[in-house]
Amino acid sequence: MSKPKLVLIGNGMAGVRTLEELLKLAPGKYDITVFGAEPHPNYNRILLSPVLAGEKKLEDIILNDEAWYAEHGITLHKGKKVVAIDRVRRCVRTEDGTEAGYDRLLLATGSAPFILPVPGKDLEGVVGFRDIRDVELMLEASEKHRHAVVIGGGLLGLEAANGLKKRGMDVTVVHLLDTLMERQLDKPAAALLQRALEDSGLDFKLEAQTEALLGEGRVRAVRFKDGSEVPADLVVMAVGIRPNIELAKASGIHCERGILVSDTMQTFDPQVYAVGECVQHRGELFGLVAPLFEQAKVCANHLAEFGIARYEGSVTSTKLKVTGIDLFSAGEYQGGAGCEELLFQDPSRGVYKKLVVRDNKVAGAVLYGDTVDGAWYFQMMRDGTDISAFRENILFGQAHMGDSGHGAESHAARLPEDAEVCGCNGVCKKTIVDAIVQKKLFTLDEVRAHTKASASCGSCTGLVEQILQSTLGSDYSVSPAKKPLCKCTDLTHEEVREAVRIQGLKTIPELMGSLGWRTPDGCHACRPALNYYLLCQWPNEYRDDPQSRFINERVHANIQKDGTYSVVPRIWGGVTNPRELRAIADVAEKFQVPCVKITGGQRIDLLGVPKAQLPAIWAELGKHGLMSGHAYGKSLRTVKTCVGKEWCRFGTQDSTTLGIELEKMTWGSWTPAKVKMAVSGCPRNCAEATIKDFGVVAVDSGWELHVGGNGGVKVRATDFLCKVQTDEEVMEYAAAYMQLYREEARYLERTAHWIERVGLPYLQSRIVDDAAGRRALCARFLESQRKAQIDPWAERAQGAEKHEFEPLTPAERKAHACIA
Amino acid sequence: MSHWTPIARLEDIPRQGARVVASPQGKVAVFRTVDDRVFALLDRCPHKGGPLSEGIVHGARVACPLHNWVIELDSGQAVAPDEGCVRRFDVRLEDGMVAIALAGGPTGR
Ligand SMILES: Cc1cc2nc3c(=O)[nH]c(=O)nc-3n(C[C@H](O)[C@H](O)[C@H](O)COP(=O)(O)OP(=O)(O)OC[C@H]3O[C@@H](n4cnc5c(N)ncnc54)[C@H](O)[C@@H]3O)c2cc1C
Ligand code: SF4
Ligand code: FES
Repeated sequence: MSKPKLVLIGNGMAGVRTLEELLKLAPGKYDITVFGAEPHPNYNRILLSPVLAGEKKLEDIILNDEAWYAEHGITLHKGKKVVAIDRVRRCVRTEDGTEAGYDRLLLATGSAPFILPVPGKDLEGVVGFRDIRDVELMLEASEKHRHAVVIGGGLLGLEAANGLKKRGMDVTVVHLLDTLMERQLDKPAAALLQRALEDSGLDFKLEAQTEALLGEGRVRAVRFKDGSEVPADLVVMAVGIRPNIELAKASGIHCERGILVSDTMQTFDPQVYAVGECVQHRGELFGLVAPLFEQAKVCANHLAEFGIARYEGSVTSTKLKVTGIDLFSAGEYQGGAGCEELLFQDPSRGVYKKLVVRDNKVAGAVLYGDTVDGAWYFQMMRDGTDISAFRENILFGQAHMGDSGHGAESHAARLPEDAEVCGCNGVCKKTIVDAIVQKKLFTLDEVRAHTKASASCGSCTGLVEQILQSTLGSDYSVSPAKKPLCKCTDLTHEEVREAVRIQGLKTIPELMGSLGWRTPDGCHACRPALNYYLLCQWPNEYRDDPQSRFINERVHANIQKDGTYSVVPRIWGGVTNPRELRAIADVAEKFQVPCVKITGGQRIDLLGVPKAQLPAIWAELGKHGLMSGHAYGKSLRTVKTCVGKEWCRFGTQDSTTLGIELEKMTWGSWTPAKVKMAVSGCPRNCAEATIKDFGVVAVDSGWELHVGGNGGVKVRATDFLCKVQTDEEVMEYAAAYMQLYREEARYLERTAHWIERVGLPYLQSRIVDDAAGRRALCARFLESQRKAQIDPWAERAQGAEKHEFEPLTPAERKAHACIA
Repeated sequence: MSHWTPIARLEDIPRQGARVVASPQGKVAVFRTVDDRVFALLDRCPHKGGPLSEGIVHGARVACPLHNWVIELDSGQAVAPDEGCVRRFDVRLEDGMVAIALAGGPTGR
């Protein structure tokens, strides 16, 4: 059977990246043919600037050489421009008459420089800045001529001007407006930039409108509206780009400014996909590679017929690739209505930083002179991190945040070559830089795979990202906005959960099959997550997969460093009695438990129990009404209480009873990570409720509810959620909170991190403001608890999962047993 | 060869799981993969001695429960970037019976 045919028009960065992604997902699915108008294999267009500046050679920037196409069985037609698409016969034709039929067509025709429609635009010596040919023309001119004029003071224009200056030309940059890079920079940053570029020898002519290019044969000068002239033997037009859509338009595919595509990167004709600068998605055009690579991923997913990825637009950031100038810009850099601006200025050091903040989230950033924290701000911007907790320090950068781990060393560009970057794997900066350059790495993941840097503990991730940035001098190197769930897939936690829900996936093998998992049965990172997501989505149907649980949850006890286990019975609200205590004491004695310890969660830990003894101990405890305390699970752990108004002279409410009720409602529930609760009887807060995942503090008129606290490595005090009056309300809010956390947090994400990611206002909108929504969440929680509240110890004491606790016996002994 | 000691029927070992068998060399973990291949390793992680039999089995690998080192079941080698190796034992599957070469000798290593 012959394979379906895929034709790619446009042998550039977005199109070929799509093929690479496709080959990862479904190698050999298609017969692939590529048409490229340029006479080169796919190269890294971004690096044309350093090539022009003499910092790189042309051969250094080839991304996919001809051998790559051959190795993957791809037919490459270089130097052949497609001039017609026949959508009825499904075939394309080039200028020289070459034809190719397709089942799927991918348009990635990029864009072309916009050439000002002024007299003289066709003179020799007038070029755009887009491809290798343009660079060759510029280099030729720089050898023979003296005067260059660059029209356009944006990113591309400045990079061209810088390159030509480096090649020894006298360069004037002409710009229509009064500030440079107005699409990325605010005025103060633009002024700093202009001064630095002037110091390096560039001339500027701002607020100048070009009227004509003068000369016969070759250009000689540029004339402006005000009558003035500047000599020019070379004119580079860098005033903007226009998507290449003529071909698509002529074949009847719907276009506006670009080729219109849906979230699945399909054009109006479902056989035809489009990616890259030629597309228009939700009204937006794109001119940077980061979003194009995201599109490539989504498009490949659909070409591979996995059918689940969606492109929902991108946030982008920019860096100027002019050596010696540090500049970073992202998002809404201008600020304006509804925004606040945080500013830092140190003119003598030439440092300027501005963060635009909206609703306590970073909405944009402009950094000049010190861009070390660009990646960090950008990450927070994409993640929508709530910055209220550290906003007074945020401008000083991540190094001042206390526990980032790499403080002063984080000036990646200034690090010496032999500095160790990744302590775990002993990788120094030079190894990373060499790998990036020689193996042409683009992303953090690729650096990880090739050098192992940041592949282990990950605390050097930020630094590695900065090295990527300073080496490539570009913005596309930051890790993709979407973090895949694990290495077995490209999908995020959220995408997987959505697929589970929408496609009705009910088992792990089914899920892996239909979402195109790269491994036959996942890995130790994804399987527990998937097991949890399925359990959470289908509470009454899903059959738990013990083999996809960490050992602690599989055997319902905590493994200790010596391979023994600990046993912690539930002690409701921390209240016990002589009968229970006696039972625990008897068990400890009978089984010679080596250590008995009171835990921080107001219960008793029996440590050092061999695995084979667990069912017997549980059976014995069970006789006295003691059950599992889930001290080992990503689940509700304890509800800590104080003695409250029953005993305490300050107490205003019965915190103990409420604590016990909360524990009775929530025990047995599986959650993304462990959950601890506490109830205090007055604001003196003896139960330490304000460092718990859910804390309740009594006040005269009712209860205050607090969320997202955490003891541990980094202590985080809770956020105040709201105040309620009655015990019943506490229960309802607690259940709704638990369920929202269960449904929306990522596996292994504690409530503290979850809330920092989504922001307190979001929680309030779902739990406090939306009463109907809260009740629905509460109902779903209680429903999921119906089957969850089964004591796992009792089941196992009665023989469930027996094989877990018994070693195998070699056959000789077994044989005797049979005979006897 | 007479060194082969039958230890269990295949179905006694959970898929993507392991069972432990005592041997003169110490505890041995006998693994069964998702596609019913069997492997045996000493039940001691080369890192800090964690019980590999309690780890999550995926593909032909197991992740140690203590600090997540990943060990190749067929060779006993730790997957890079970690380095180390745990003793392996020959195992075979015949007529649904799992047998292991315990005492060393020609089939052991
Ligand atoms: C000098 C320069 C510096 C840049 N710096 C950065 C940067 O720092 N950071 C960043 O993110 N981005 C940067 N960019 C932008 C980035 O290079 C582009 O966004 C990216 O290359 C666009 O990819 P694409 O595949 O859509 O288009 P292209 O890479 O342009 O590929 C399109 C290809 O299609 C071919 N083609 C067009 N029509 C046809 C046809 N009919 N038949 C056959 N072939 C056809 C074209 O010849 C071209 O080779 C820079 C661009 C330039 C020019
Ligand atoms: S929190 Fe208040 S009520 Fe509870 S024990 Fe402390 S002082 Fe007493
Ligand atoms: S003991 Fe196995 S990973 Fe540490």
